[in-house]
Amino acid sequence: MSAAPLQPPAPRRFLDNLREVPARLRESALRGGPPRSDRTRSTFVFGNVFLHLHAVRTHRWSLRWSTTWGLGIAAMAGFLITLVTGVLLMFYYKPYPDAAYLSIKDIHFVVPTGRFIRNIHRWAANLMVVAVLLHMARAFYTAAYRAPREFNWLIGMGLLVTTLGLSFTGYLLPWDQLAYWAITIGANIAQSPREVTDALGLTPYFDPGGLQRLLLLGSDIVGEEALIRFYLLHVMLLPLVLAALAAVHFWRIRKDGGLVRPADADRRLGPPSAETYPVFTEEPTKTYHLAAIVRGRTAAVGRGPEGTVPSMPHLFYAEAGVLMLTLLVCLGLALLIDAPLKELANPAVPENPAKAPWYFLGLQELVSYSAFMGGIGIPTIVLLGLGLIPFLDRETAGTGEWFGGPGGGRVVGQAVVVGLGAALAVEIFAIRYGWIREWLPGVPQLVITLINPGTVLTAIYAAYSIWLVRRYDSTRTGALGLFTCFLCGFTLLTLIGTYFRGPNWTFYWSPADWPVH
Amino acid sequence: MTVTPGPARSRLDPDPLPRRDFLGLASLWAAASATLFATVGMLRLPRAAVLSSPSRKFRVSLPESLAPGVPFLPPGRSVALFREGEEVHAISTVCTHLGCIVKAAGDGFECPCHGSRFAADGSVVKGPAPKPLAWVKVSGSGASLLVDEEQVVPAGTKVKVKA
Repeated sequence: MSAAPLQPPAPRRFLDNLREVPARLRESALRGGPPRSDRTRSTFVFGNVFLHLHAVRTHRWSLRWSTTWGLGIAAMAGFLITLVTGVLLMFYYKPYPDAAYLSIKDIHFVVPTGRFIRNIHRWAANLMVVAVLLHMARAFYTAAYRAPREFNWLIGMGLLVTTLGLSFTGYLLPWDQLAYWAITIGANIAQSPREVTDALGLTPYFDPGGLQRLLLLGSDIVGEEALIRFYLLHVMLLPLVLAALAAVHFWRIRKDGGLVRPADADRRLGPPSAETYPVFTEEPTKTYHLAAIVRGRTAAVGRGPEGTVPSMPHLFYAEAGVLMLTLLVCLGLALLIDAPLKELANPAVPENPAKAPWYFLGLQELVSYSAFMGGIGIPTIVLLGLGLIPFLDRETAGTGEWFGGPGGGRVVGQAVVVGLGAALAVEIFAIRYGWIREWLPGVPQLVITLINPGTVLTAIYAAYSIWLVRRYDSTRTGALGLFTCFLCGFTLLTLIGTYFRGPNWTFYWSPADWPVH
Repeated sequence: MTVTPGPARSRLDPDPLPRRDFLGLASLWAAASATLFATVGMLRLPRAAVLSSPSRKFRVSLPESLAPGVPFLPPGRSVALFREGEEVHAISTVCTHLGCIVKAAGDGFECPCHGSRFAADGSVVKGPAPKPLAWVKVSGSGASLLVDEEQVVPAGTKVKVKA
């Protein structure tokens, strides 16, 4: 026999290998070892399918609180919290009219921690809506939608709509009075194109409204078919859509060159403080041969990644901080305030007033002037306008700066006054003097659909914004004015809907003045 | 028949009609149209051919004491019945705006959801409702009336019944 290489006998090798299993498992799962050097910090990010949605290095501008206020991550944190608590609630929830209400009661009163979990779910969902809206405002006011980020702005709008869809389908599920009448009203808003087709006499031939209502309810009436559909949307379809859109949204941030920052961000930041983990200072010596097949402004060719820090730990710790803060706020609110549950659904008697959750009360206010315009027409106009902004504003001044652009903060301040003032004036007028039908009882519906407080307000905002475009010779200024106006209008209508509308949607200064009924 | 040879082409020159491209495009379009048809087929599913709606016809008898102009509201139904002398009529209480159930109030109806107000004959007085309340079909005679909530009749249709 030739001399075999020196190795221990097989049983010994077996034991050695067994002893090494934990180390090998760790090594095979997390290649590259613990993130201690610049190199392993990079592997930590791009070696992980979830983390590699981030770039390996993050610009210091992106890490300043005032760049983002952490709003996008807060929205995502809200989503993750609702995801976890939502799955827990699914253990007990039964999507069937007779059982749904009782199962929510069980969750509230019987299931261990059930009330707490439901409260967290509800508060996380509310915070998510707030965070998404504020995040959109942040992206708008820092002009983050501009090239090359136009498409990501559109994805973000998709996320906004999906978030609102998730909220809407969510509060339908308990099958209480709020749920039942919200489904009824929602389905009839979907049907409201009939307001137009009826007026034109087209409904027998062309009835998109009726089809939409039928598809939503799965029936002529609001019943078990409707509940199971909204349940499917809430727990399956919309979360999947949201997760897919969110993944694209994050990926595009990286592909579009990180968060938006002013062209002179490096100069403004100055040299990094001494205690910052070593910032890349050497000029890159590598040739970026990959850059040849990557389009757009992706690789920082010719510019050293100065001003950047490793994403691990700087970015990830910041993100984890926002996540924990969001969770903390949710837990705090969930401990203090219970999620509401009204009486069991009663198809014969709507609540009076029947109010949607706060984020839809602005829409409810609009809908109380015209179902089609308030529920479909104006939202479509707003979404179209938002979607067009990045393609109409091709300017560069003020990118990455809060309220950047010609006019800047002064125009925004003026627009707040105009936006609130116009909304207030239109509302006061409509509340004090009524609207066309009260003056001319025989007026055709189409006139009211076209001319109602909602459309008048939209027209005022549009006119103001066009005036701004001319005055400052800048599309960005017009967009600043329009966006601010719509935010103000939304806020004011929401406040009026929340605090000043009573029985029969009549204006009251305070609920103390509501008639007894 | 003579075939005139075209200009000599090298192996590297592309075909005028590249066969590979043609086949590739054809299969791509085939796959796309198959997907489209499959999607249309799937979209048909959520629209049921038969709807599980309960019957909206019912029998009712009006109380003897029902005064003219006062609505009688059969429980569980969204209809208001009126009797004036020997004439009976029925008005749907489903608001034409967004489907809330209106309440009889004073000389007419009002909707709790968005503040529409209707006159006693169902016509819109105020608010966002695009259409008057529907009048629905009543038939029968004497004590037992048959009401069909789905059958809309022209406003003002009153039925003579023997008291």
